[in-house]
Amino acid sequence: MAAGFKTVEPLEYYRRFLKENCRPDGRELGEFRTTTVNVGSIGTADGSSLVKLGNTTVICGIKAEFGAPPTDAPDKGYIVPNVDLSPLCSWRFRSGPPGEEAQVASQFIADVIENSQIIQKEDLCISPGKLAWVLYCDLICLNHDGNILDACTFALLAALKNVQLPEVNINEETALAEVNLKKKSYLNIRTHPVATSFAVFDDTLLIVDPTEEEEHLATGTLTVVTDEEGKLCCLHKPGGSGLTGAKLQDCMSRAVTRHKEVKKLMDEVFKSMKPK
Amino acid sequence: MEESMQIETKVRAESGTESGPRGASCTLRHFACEQNLLSRPDGSASFLQGVAEKSRERLIRNTCEAVVLGALHPRTSITVVLQVISDAGSLLACCLNAACMALVDAGVPMRALFCGVTCALDSDGTLMLDPTAKQEKEARAVLTFALDSVERKLLMSTTKGLYSDTELQQCLAAAQAASQHVFRFYRESLQRRYSKS
Repeated sequence: MAAGFKTVEPLEYYRRFLKENCRPDGRELGEFRTTTVNVGSIGTADGSSLVKLGNTTVICGIKAEFGAPPTDAPDKGYIVPNVDLSPLCSWRFRSGPPGEEAQVASQFIADVIENSQIIQKEDLCISPGKLAWVLYCDLICLNHDGNILDACTFALLAALKNVQLPEVNINEETALAEVNLKKKSYLNIRTHPVATSFAVFDDTLLIVDPTEEEEHLATGTLTVVTDEEGKLCCLHKPGGSGLTGAKLQDCMSRAVTRHKEVKKLMDEVFKSMKPK
Repeated sequence: MEESMQIETKVRAESGTESGPRGASCTLRHFACEQNLLSRPDGSASFLQGVAEKSRERLIRNTCEAVVLGALHPRTSITVVLQVISDAGSLLACCLNAACMALVDAGVPMRALFCGVTCALDSDGTLMLDPTAKQEKEARAVLTFALDSVERKLLMSTTKGLYSDTELQQCLAAAQAASQHVFRFYRESLQRRYSKS
């Protein structure tokens, strides 16, 4: 009976739940799904992580390669994120060149890296003007059940914390790089940006961490990226229904709370990995 | 069947209406719009390459989708083509203004008008509205907002750089105040246009 009603009138079905301040999966309006993270499981990558936000699963693999630094910034390296949304994760995507959602997500991650200064690009430089590290960050979605941006940001952060780069010396005589694979060091992660996404329903209600169904029914979305000092790296609201300043303030406070939750989870994970 | 009318409009600021304390011009760029109407615009105008442009296209498209009354015109398509003639900073805000004026010009039914306002924060926290390209480059943070005309609610926002919560509220308030200038400019230029014909 309920399943029939849900198919015919999905929005009304949802509204019934929202009136009672809860959602069909039993969560409250401000509650996130169970978040799990697994770090360092890909042996072939220099750094990796797997993040699950309820059913949404994103895996991040980071490979470090050599490259020439850009001519306008000879003391900087590169970080190149790429989000891959394939037909594997959802029926909505087709195989072929990256679709719009994947491109927008990649741009979003690039903006977060740039704005939050998670890594100083100068740290990636080996020899100014000649050699620098290029970090290719591949974020592959294995299951798309909504809120892809939060999962990708978290996966990227965890993977970057897991990256170990070998020591590189430039031999003066041959001008070649000598890589010492035995001596590896972690990256210097300066800030921990955490994304919190909201969906706007009927122009008034804000729910946190939308599932894919909720994203379809929503009239707008909002993503806030905060770092530990409560500063905002990114306020991404791509159109949709309007929000007042007061509502934005509520979102901000929820985002700050979420940041603490995520930071705690990450600290636990990395602490348990310490004896390596 | 489908009627396709190409409307091109150039709107230039003649009087001193501006959207910032600098007294910068509100020059709207040349825009063209094909008059086919659809409840959901048929994808973005794919005349631009690059991922950054795709992202910008999506922002403009989603903002238009939020205000256009698509239900009144089913099975029709609206294509908004924005051609940048010159970029002197605050590009996205300018594109939004142009898109709104084009939709009005085309007679597309909308629930509100919208305008784009850019705010830049420099290293000591000074707020600058409608920054030039140089100011944008040197700024610590650049925030672009799209606000609607009915209640000045925030329709779209995209930001670059780091800033605090209070700074965000300040920028939003300043943008809301500035949007009044832009909406007044819309009204005046439309009045001027229709009073002649």
